Amino acid sequence: MTLDTIPRNTNARVVSVEASEAHGLRLMEMGLVPGASVRVVRSAPLGDPIQVRIRNYHLALRRVEAQAITVALCAE
Amino acid sequence: MSAILETLTAEKLSGSREVDLSRPLTIAVAGNPNAGKTSLFNSLTGLRQKVANYPGVTVESKTGFWTLTDELPPAHLIDLPGLYSLDATSIDEQIARDILVGRSQLVKPDAIVVVVDATNLVRNLYLATQLIEIGLPLVVALTMFDLAERGQLKIDVDKLSSALGVPVVPFVAKQGRGARELAQAVLTAVAQHDFGLDAGSESVDQANPQRRANTIRRYSLIEQIVNDTVQAQDDEGRSVSERIDVVVTHRFAGPLILLLVMILVFQAIFSWANLPMNLIAHVFGALGNAVRANLPEGILTSLLADGIIAGVGGVLVFLPQIFLLFLFISVLEDSGYMARAAFLMDRVMRSFGLHGKAFMPLLSSFACAVPGIMATRTIENPKDRLATIMIAPFMSCSARLPVYTLMIAAIFSGQKVVGFLSVGVVIILGMYALGIAVAVIVSWILKHTILKGPATPFMMELPPYRLPSVANVGHAIFQRVGLFVKRAGTVILAISILLWALAAFPRATTNSSSENLTSEQAAARTGEQVRNSYAGRVGHFIEPAIAPLGFDWRIGIGLIASFAARETIISTLSIVYNVGADSSAKSTSLIDAIRSAKRPDGSLVWTPLVALSLMIFFVLACQCMSTVAIVRRETNSWRWPLFMVGYMLVLAYVASLITYQGGRLLGFT
Repeated sequence: MTLDTIPRNTNARVVSVEASEAHGLRLMEMGLVPGASVRVVRSAPLGDPIQVRIRNYHLALRRVEAQAITVALCAE
Repeated sequence: MSAILETLTAEKLSGSREVDLSRPLTIAVAGNPNAGKTSLFNSLTGLRQKVANYPGVTVESKTGFWTLTDELPPAHLIDLPGLYSLDATSIDEQIARDILVGRSQLVKPDAIVVVVDATNLVRNLYLATQLIEIGLPLVVALTMFDLAERGQLKIDVDKLSSALGVPVVPFVAKQGRGARELAQAVLTAVAQHDFGLDAGSESVDQANPQRRANTIRRYSLIEQIVNDTVQAQDDEGRSVSERIDVVVTHRFAGPLILLLVMILVFQAIFSWANLPMNLIAHVFGALGNAVRANLPEGILTSLLADGIIAGVGGVLVFLPQIFLLFLFISVLEDSGYMARAAFLMDRVMRSFGLHGKAFMPLLSSFACAVPGIMATRTIENPKDRLATIMIAPFMSCSARLPVYTLMIAAIFSGQKVVGFLSVGVVIILGMYALGIAVAVIVSWILKHTILKGPATPFMMELPPYRLPSVANVGHAIFQRVGLFVKRAGTVILAISILLWALAAFPRATTNSSSENLTSEQAAARTGEQVRNSYAGRVGHFIEPAIAPLGFDWRIGIGLIASFAARETIISTLSIVYNVGADSSAKSTSLIDAIRSAKRPDGSLVWTPLVALSLMIFFVLACQCMSTVAIVRRETNSWRWPLFMVGYMLVLAYVASLITYQGGRLLGFT
């Protein structure tokens, strides 16, 4: 599943980042590398953008950008 | 401190480096946005700062003097734009990158201080490790150290330092902790550096797959280092920031809070600023009068009183509003709220073809488009940024208010709508709404035609909430207000003098000295002067063109003058109607003059329809040389400012035309 589709407040880990997306590299440089723990905190009032917690900080990104990131939910 | 110098001189003799310490060092301060870079810079340089522009681009360069020791000349400290990685995206980041890797012709740093946020170590170390690889002498300033301690993050600074291979100095800007250690560390790093080694950085021109692999590799290295050197209490609970965000970005409470913030800002700019503004206007009016009364009559006195003093006063009267505006912007930025505002508004802005980050610049433009347009630098996509700049002048700026006020006081006063709302309030709100509506439409059109392009990523950090530092906010206001006065001020002053000249020449012949005239006669003479001047002739010349809008030649003179700065229409009308040069929008004599002004056929010039037509013209036309100057600077060409003036003029003309002719057709007068 991709980052824009996981439920709120659920821990997940990044599996891969879409190679063809130009901003994929940028997202990785911001910390969204395979293995990083990530959590969707909330979405903006109109549903977009979403607020994501990566390691120790919060990043806002649009759902269409979050689609580039494949994640796996954590077991707990 | 002399112990350091001895060590340095000893090193020098051993011949291991080439830096000449007798000339000032150039030190670049780099780091992520929101990492405390500006606080550190302010703390180290105090008031010895200078803001300029990097030539050819619109990025601000901030430099200052940092005294490392008492014996050495102060170092040049450069506050670079924040960046997340040497793989830069926006212009800001490219400038920083070029300077850091040594590509810039203008600035070649001798050393780098990289600011690393202790509460956000892993991501901050990404850039830091890239910078270390460049090979210049480098010191890590570990900021937010007090916050980290409070949050129960135990960082083994020495271990971190040896893992990275560079000195790491904890720094707390608020307490000034770490400044001396930082200076010592920088000097030692420079002295001991082997400049023979040509490390270079990983090439920023590599192909994508290679860079992705490097990114992954780099992060896993950093994770290892951090795991070894940092002990964190397992913090799954919500931080204070996160708890605040529950409310501030809440589906209903969020927009409501944003609305309240906006109302507060507007209230401040449009009512609290009134008192100081009136004061300043009074002072300059009195000054002009004093000059006219005490100096011999003549061209030079007139130039001084009506050109220069009036011109300077015309700029300075805006200072209270600009000050308050920058105060709010700085506080909102420093506290972290600005990012939340962009987060909340992005979806809405996007449907108009704009970026979430355009929200604050556009909001600022309601006070004055000049700082608003300056604030668009945070928008990375050039096309998004251009679209925002093009529509910023539609946000009815504060200079339009005196015009609305005058029209309402003269033509619409006293009337009520819906029982309790005065017509004046309804009209003003209507003008604002018109501006916003047109801005939205124009933005949509621009983004679907000449500024069409792929949507850029939004990707914005939401920094933790922090209490704005008084020092930082003070610095920011001081600098930005200074820039405004310089940029807008020089333009408005120049135009004021030009207009004065257009209205002062050719000189009407005088038969008697003005000491014997009553004030009415003096006003009449001034009016006569203006009517026969070049300005007056132009007014007559364009009358046929503006007659369909309901305007006559006197209004024409005012229109021409107002294209330099909107508010000058008030003083110009005062002169043309013989009321005298020191009138304001509330002057009863000007209002009387307007109410009784008649056309050659005996009908009133100023009907409600004419007033409305004029106001609508003012909503849509770009009548501000300062805005033109700023757009020229920010876009690096004359194409866009001229395009802006042109299309806005067409819009204003057409809208006025529709209003006036349409109104007449419907039977209004």
